[in-house]
Amino acid sequence: MRHMISGRKRETANPGPPLSPEARKRFDAEVLPHIDAAYNLARHLMRDAQDAEDAVQESCLRAIRHFAGFRGGDGRAWLLAIVRNACFTELRRRRAAGERVMFDEEQHTEADPTPGPEADLDRVLAAGSLDAALAQLPVEFREALVLRELEDMSYKEIAQIAGVPVGTVMSRLARARERLSRILGAAREEGARDGLP
Amino acid sequence: MDCHEVRDRLGAFLDEELDPVTSHAVAEHVRSCGACAAELERQRRLRDGLRRGLEYHQAPAALRARVVRDLNAATPRSGWLGLGAGWAWQWVGAAAAFVLVAGGAWLAGSQSTIAESNAIVGDVVTGHVRSLMAGHLTDVASTDQHTVKPWFAGKLDFSPPVTDFAAEGYPLIGGRLDYLHGRSVAALVYERHKHVINVFVWPTTENGEAMTRSVTRQGFHVIHGRKESMAYWIVSDLNAEELEQFARLLAPARG
Repeated sequence: MRHMISGRKRETANPGPPLSPEARKRFDAEVLPHIDAAYNLARHLMRDAQDAEDAVQESCLRAIRHFAGFRGGDGRAWLLAIVRNACFTELRRRRAAGERVMFDEEQHTEADPTPGPEADLDRVLAAGSLDAALAQLPVEFREALVLRELEDMSYKEIAQIAGVPVGTVMSRLARARERLSRILGAAREEGARDGLP
Repeated sequence: MDCHEVRDRLGAFLDEELDPVTSHAVAEHVRSCGACAAELERQRRLRDGLRRGLEYHQAPAALRARVVRDLNAATPRSGWLGLGAGWAWQWVGAAAAFVLVAGGAWLAGSQSTIAESNAIVGDVVTGHVRSLMAGHLTDVASTDQHTVKPWFAGKLDFSPPVTDFAAEGYPLIGGRLDYLHGRSVAALVYERHKHVINVFVWPTTENGEAMTRSVTRQGFHVIHGRKESMAYWIVSDLNAEELEQFARLLAPARG
């Protein structure tokens, strides 16, 4: 936490070169409208509203500071790349600090584990929502699914944001969907056994 | 192409990410293979379910306000608190917009009227942001118009009309007293998809009904309306279309 706070102060104290009125106008038109997309991605990656807000504000400050480096084009993809990097950096830091954060890279690829413990299934059932099921996937899978299904991005766009080859995006999506099906299927069976609809 | 190869490509097939030749081969196979067709259908249902069922989290209004504040801090002389020469200049554009959209009937007056309307737009946006940042959105938090309206009695020298538009998708969430443009005003607070809408209301001596289209300031949309001797200033980060829809509920313009 201390790291995040001090980093934050530095960012605020040194906003970098000011935005010219023209740059501000471009920022307002090309980047700012994507703050919902930024928050939605951060929310699904961090799985916490406050963490997501922190990540987005931090990312927007960074976007403002480095706006000169934005050569036009897709403002949404540019902002989302900054947001996902902020989220992954924070999640990696937490894992290094001993918190339990699930990254795909730690798992064995040949056999995905069967769905989590029953407590997790209960959460899916209780919430009655896909969000709870999604939240059980490794962060790279959540990223790929959110960008694909909620932002309707192509594999190429997702690859650019995630910084991986297109083939990796394809396999992450396939495995994410398979895993999600299994979680939802298990939740349904669980529900049937308990006499729920 | 055999079943195994097809299964590996069904996701990309659905996502329309296969090259035309492979895509055609998959489509051909699925046409003649019941098992693969069923698997494709299962995946399609999952995808449709995700698109429908996954929550799209919208940025909270307070976060948006903080980002805009950071932006203003990085933009010299254009922040709403920086009343420098550059700032005043930027309002000329908004003034022109207001005169144009008002169809000449409203605000087609002197320079001083235009300057005044610009000042109000600035006050309205500042008032909106202040309400979000200070954690002081409502003095009376109630979705009941019959609770909110009487609350203003005795606190203001006029009685603002208060209507709940929950049925139309714009629920009233409360009211508060605010101080805007040199006077005490009623602030009615509505919500739309978690976006906060502030409506500032005070009496006007101008007659008739009018409503402007929205203008955008610092990422917020502002609409002015007038009805039954009340001036309405509507402000939100909600998209312009929905805000205009809301404004029509509040102060319908004739003709």
